[in-house]
Amino acid sequence: MSLSAQSLAQIDKEVAKYPADQKQSAVMAALRIAQVEKGWLAPETIEFVAGYLGMPTIAAYEVATFYNMYELTPCGRHKITVCTNLPCQLQGADTVAEYLKKKLGIAFGETTPDGRFTLKEGECMGTCGSGPLCLHNNHTMHTHLSTETVDKLLDELK
Amino acid sequence: MSATYTGPKVCLWTLDHANPASLETYVANGGYSALKKILAERTPAAEIIEQVKISALRGRGGAGFPTGLKWSFMPRGYDGDKYIICNSDEGEPGTFKDRDIIEFNPHQLIEGMVIAGYTLGAKAGYNYIHGEIFELYQAWEKALDDARAAGYLGQNICASGWAFDVHAHQGYGAYVCGEETALLESIEGKKGQPHFKPPFPASFGLYGKPTTINNTETLASIPWIMRHGGQAFLDLGKPNNGGTKIFSISGHVNRPGNYEIPMGTPFADLLEMAGGVRNGHQLKAVIPGGSSAPVLPAEIIMDCTLDFDSIAKAGSMFGSGAVIVMDETTCMVRALERLSYFYYEESCGQCTPCREGTGWMYRVVHRIEHGQGRPEDLDLLLSVGSNIAGRTICALGEAAVGPVQSFIKHFRQEFEYHIANKRCLVGA
Ligand SMILES: Cc1cc2nc3c(=O)[nH]c(=O)nc-3n(C[C@H](O)[C@H](O)[C@H](O)COP(=O)(O)O)c2cc1C
Ligand code: SF4
Ligand code: FES
Repeated sequence: MSLSAQSLAQIDKEVAKYPADQKQSAVMAALRIAQVEKGWLAPETIEFVAGYLGMPTIAAYEVATFYNMYELTPCGRHKITVCTNLPCQLQGADTVAEYLKKKLGIAFGETTPDGRFTLKEGECMGTCGSGPLCLHNNHTMHTHLSTETVDKLLDELK
Repeated sequence: MSATYTGPKVCLWTLDHANPASLETYVANGGYSALKKILAERTPAAEIIEQVKISALRGRGGAGFPTGLKWSFMPRGYDGDKYIICNSDEGEPGTFKDRDIIEFNPHQLIEGMVIAGYTLGAKAGYNYIHGEIFELYQAWEKALDDARAAGYLGQNICASGWAFDVHAHQGYGAYVCGEETALLESIEGKKGQPHFKPPFPASFGLYGKPTTINNTETLASIPWIMRHGGQAFLDLGKPNNGGTKIFSISGHVNRPGNYEIPMGTPFADLLEMAGGVRNGHQLKAVIPGGSSAPVLPAEIIMDCTLDFDSIAKAGSMFGSGAVIVMDETTCMVRALERLSYFYYEESCGQCTPCREGTGWMYRVVHRIEHGQGRPEDLDLLLSVGSNIAGRTICALGEAAVGPVQSFIKHFRQEFEYHIANKRCLVGA
């Protein structure tokens, strides 16, 4: 297996940020880039990334399992991570989370049978003033959520 | 009369301009002039550190350590690479100020990192950005490109012949990486597990090289100090607490958001700027410095001013300046349950007291909240807590204890009611 030329070019750009003998520093970014391409991190994807950076596979595994935003099992096309930490909770995150669960018919940590949505509970995303909020596929934040904006968001995510 | 602050702001002043984040806006308003002057005059490092000391700038990442003093720990004559790290891993519940610096005034942060790099003789800087704000990671990379193209970063900064560069490193979901030793491990491409100090980063940091780690807001304050002088910065705040400070206010207020105001502003004024408690409700409690800071009941916080010394005297922590407001509808058991879950979830697991203790505390608060509490549970919680404090590698373990102890101390009745009646006193 390999990654696309585009992903490899992105990884190379990350590698260039660090001293020549410290390629491993780019592993977090490389795993992120690989996950964007593949949807999740299969064992062979992690192995490929490790090999590409010249580091032991086990060291790349340790990173992939330590950080919450990597997916080690297949995930829905649209991963929605809702922050439920205290400031967001005070601003109504529980209502939004319950609405999402009901509407999608799944609990936190589950994927809809059609593979369209995965729902996750998140920790503070450092944007509490704009809560309730969620993250779409790790990289796009949607703030000031209400049941109406949740409806709109879900409709847009095919 | 409503509370407002119209004086100078150190970090978020660009919000008063069109295109706040652009290089043009920054330069048109004096941006990068401090750096140019330093490089043109070859200002000695000791003079820069002296101004930072005079400013009484204290670390904005939570601990409040004097920045000038921290900088003076970096070895001078060291013959090898040194690094500057900016800590933008903002993930302490309630804190969302550094993200606004990156979004609305990235060039001041870049200038601050470059001045720090010059002063401390560093070869490069990394900005470690919280995983969930990927859009700002991309915005930051663009700001770096603009600065490089304009000669403020790279091989020949401001035509001085001096080289220094800054890069972005993105986190990917681990609160503990905000702890400085964990952050360094993470940049090295490892699990973000803290390690014991000493060795301190100033002697053995990134890749084993001397390294200085500062919070985003700390570094973004440096250009202002160098442009206006340490004394002017000090005069914005109060003795031992220089400057303006960004307060992130969240929870039950009408206008959650960031407010940059002088250190030492009365809490009551900040509350008013944020529109007061939502919909005319009553203030019940405030966590004044991010989730790790002990909670304070309304009557205590209403008498505090917002600075390290006043909040410490009241029995809490100024922390990162994150103010979480709760009104009378808040169930304190439920609030504590959510915070305890956070520390349990985010413990890196290498110290037994933290790993087991955070899990234990969460499970006990959880059962109280769910009507299964036992009369001895409150003492149990306090005893588990006292077995964590002082027995761990990093401060996360202790951070988990502060909320538990303070919630029970100030709102014990509510916990006892939950245990005795298997339901909530506030009926929220
Ligand atoms: C669990 C934990 C999380 C932390 N998170 C952050 C953070 O997100 N941002 C930050 O600047 N400092 C954080 N700190 C403090 C850093 O270790 C360090 O003291 C700080 O970045 C130093 O910068 P300053 O002196 O400019 O405040 C954290 C500390 C601990 C123990
Ligand atoms: S105190 Fe907790 S988070 Fe910190 S090093 Fe120990 S186990 Fe990890
Ligand atoms: S608590 Fe939700 S972003 Fe901070």
